[in-house]
Amino acid sequence: MTTMTETSPATAAARAMLPEHGTSLGVPNLKLAFWTFLGSECFFFGTLVATYLSYRGKSLTGPYPADVFNFAVTSISSFVLLMSSYLMVLALAAVQRGDRGKTLAWLFGTALFGLIFLGFQAFEFTEFYAKGLTLQKNLFGTTFFVMTGFHGAHVAVGVLWLLSLFVVAWVKGIPREKALNVEVAGLYWHFVDIVWIVIFTVVYLIPDPSKGA
Amino acid sequence: MSATPLTAHPAHAPPAAAPSGIWDWITTVDHKKIGLMYGVTAYGFFLLGGIEALVIRAQLVKPQSELVSAQFFNALFTMHATTMVFLAVMPLSAAFFNYIVPLQIGARDVAFPRLNAFSYWLFLLGGLLINLSFLLGFPPDGGWFAYASLSERMYSHSPAMDYWVVGLLVLGTASLAAGVNFIVTILNMRAPGMTMMRMPVFVWMTLVVQFLVVLSFPIITVGLIELLLDRTVGTNFFLPLHGGDPLLWQHLFWLFGHPEVYILILPAMGMVSEVLPTFSRKPLFGAPFVVFSGILIGFLGFGVWSHHMFTAGLGPVADAAFSATTMLIGVPTGVKIFNWIATMWGGRLRFTTAMLFSVGFIALFTIGGLSGIMHASPPIDLHQQDSYFVVAHIHYVLFGGAIMGLFSGIYYWFPKVTGRLLDEGLGKVHFTLQFVALNIAFFPMHFLGVDGMPRRVFTYDEADGWHLWNLVSTVGAWMIPIGLLVFMYNVWWSARRGPRAGDDPWDGASLEWAISSPPPVHNFDAIPNVPSDRPLWDQKYGDATLGLDRRDPHIHLPPNSYRPLIAAAGVTTVFGAFLIRGHDIYRHLLDAPGSTIQSIPFSSLFLATVATGVIVLLYGLYTWFFEPVE
Ligand SMILES: [Cu+2]
Repeated sequence: MTTMTETSPATAAARAMLPEHGTSLGVPNLKLAFWTFLGSECFFFGTLVATYLSYRGKSLTGPYPADVFNFAVTSISSFVLLMSSYLMVLALAAVQRGDRGKTLAWLFGTALFGLIFLGFQAFEFTEFYAKGLTLQKNLFGTTFFVMTGFHGAHVAVGVLWLLSLFVVAWVKGIPREKALNVEVAGLYWHFVDIVWIVIFTVVYLIPDPSKGA
Repeated sequence: MSATPLTAHPAHAPPAAAPSGIWDWITTVDHKKIGLMYGVTAYGFFLLGGIEALVIRAQLVKPQSELVSAQFFNALFTMHATTMVFLAVMPLSAAFFNYIVPLQIGARDVAFPRLNAFSYWLFLLGGLLINLSFLLGFPPDGGWFAYASLSERMYSHSPAMDYWVVGLLVLGTASLAAGVNFIVTILNMRAPGMTMMRMPVFVWMTLVVQFLVVLSFPIITVGLIELLLDRTVGTNFFLPLHGGDPLLWQHLFWLFGHPEVYILILPAMGMVSEVLPTFSRKPLFGAPFVVFSGILIGFLGFGVWSHHMFTAGLGPVADAAFSATTMLIGVPTGVKIFNWIATMWGGRLRFTTAMLFSVGFIALFTIGGLSGIMHASPPIDLHQQDSYFVVAHIHYVLFGGAIMGLFSGIYYWFPKVTGRLLDEGLGKVHFTLQFVALNIAFFPMHFLGVDGMPRRVFTYDEADGWHLWNLVSTVGAWMIPIGLLVFMYNVWWSARRGPRAGDDPWDGASLEWAISSPPPVHNFDAIPNVPSDRPLWDQKYGDATLGLDRRDPHIHLPPNSYRPLIAAAGVTTVFGAFLIRGHDIYRHLLDAPGSTIQSIPFSSLFLATVATGVIVLLYGLYTWFFEPVE
């Protein structure tokens, strides 16, 4: 499938037919839809973060954040997620260049880093649970697990999406004209990454007022 | 959610045989058909919510009435409000967004036709799910605001509120998908020459509404998820016992709930802004002011929510701030009212039924707006809170406002949709009956409220002195269906035998009147060029031309698809599984009262339903994404 790196007159003609070339704002519909969707997601996570913040330090019983957090482990997993965004940029660039080998490598790498992050999160949740922090135990457990859980679910959806793109790229290749499909996946992936930076700051970096063990 | 090409496309393959009959409706992605489906479904729910209201009024017609139990009365007022807000007014507006907006901006469809079908199916399934509760004997009874802690499992054991939460989650997903779709459609699918400021005011109001939906529904979605987790998993979000704060629910609910009232009223304002200029034969007076007022209302709408919480004790600073923003938001609303009146001033008025409903809208909405401004003052609100005065207010803005505006839209666009005119005589009878009836029904509620009658009480005592005005109100309420019967007969008769409307029965100014009635499946033979904010008047009375007299050689329309319905069924099944969990918990609590929610194991039926839903959803989405749309 090396032919996809060249732009034949036929594909150029097909490209001129793509709907984005006729849109009022000059932005492809799909991209605009994702920007809108991500705006909505900002309010979704904003509400979860607001809930967490308004209940910070209000737990009536432990375990408290200081009892369970392992700052080093979470820092590593956060670093992995940040790096996955870098790989995502490389993947998109490879698709836009028409570089099939790199496309496959970076798409897989991004998904893999996402999976590693999810592995860390599963480990962290199990650890916390072992230390007595459950969903129902106190407000900290309730707000922490639900907020980070929804973020993890978003990462999982992203991983599924990236792996699907990987399979498509493997089986029939992603032509340059279809780079938009990877671009919007990237938009989503970067957004999920940014949300994690906010959550990490709110949960791990701002000192929690409640007493620890 | 891939973009479906709608612009001119070479025909790659011979068109498949068009589906017919019911299968065509199930698989359609045509915005006009979806609009009709929204309209018919929502009207059905409107009648259901209306019947609930009639029973409420029958119960209140005399003191110590025993027509329904106090328990069932709770369910009636909860479901009446929930139905009218989420299943009647919102989707009736959506019917117009779907049918009219693409026509008014000169597009062949919405940006994502299959996503549009997905929204409709979610709306239908969500509406059925929430009303399933009646059949199973657990209608939601915690009020349409579902205040915690009352809505928590501790105080509402039965699955009733689970139906409410789950239904609203499904409906919210539908609205969010539609919101994204229409924002992209309006921003990106406008015909050449149609700048933002040339868009019809109805399109503008639709755009503002979609932004409100996209930004306010995630807030209530999170609130609903938190409440659902409290009820089914045993988390502590709104439970004071574990330090949770019920006020947080109120904040989340009204942060959504106030923008929601503009989601309900702005579409009607948009319709009125189309009808008044047409029948005054004048452009809308100060159209940019109407547009910017709408935008300002959208922004301010996010900053006034705590006026619903003046009695919650937020303190004088918060009360004063929210009082000020609430009074401020009355200004752009007032601007609009003056613009509408000024549009009529000096115009050559034609009092068609559509026009009458629009004028009725202005009068009734102004009354509702004035009582709303009263509530902006905390000391006054302290007296009116939870009294019938508020019920009067809400019905003047939502029935006198939104519903009258929607009927104006129905009479205005019916000829475009069906190709036939509604009978004007019957229309005027309908208008008169409805206008008189709703004033008899709702105006006395002001008196009852000022006299101290609390809302949501299932009965009262003779000594309270509320008998007379309740009687009057009930008589008025029961007159409303008479007008509606006239309307339904009119629709039934006129759709088949009404006089032919022609393309442009009202001498309209916007693009939908430039094409045939009903419009062809591809809407426009050629994508029009838009010279101004009233293109058709320019073509008829000026020297502009819209360029509609040619025909694009390649018109590509997306094929039918049943995938959106599958995906919607998957989403509904995942959420619906939590109803099974609710029933499980209820049964368990009956056997062993006082057990904690986390001690109740997840049943295999619940887990299997979640898994089924996820699989169906993934199947629907994957086949959807890889479905050929060429
Ligand atoms: Cu409000």
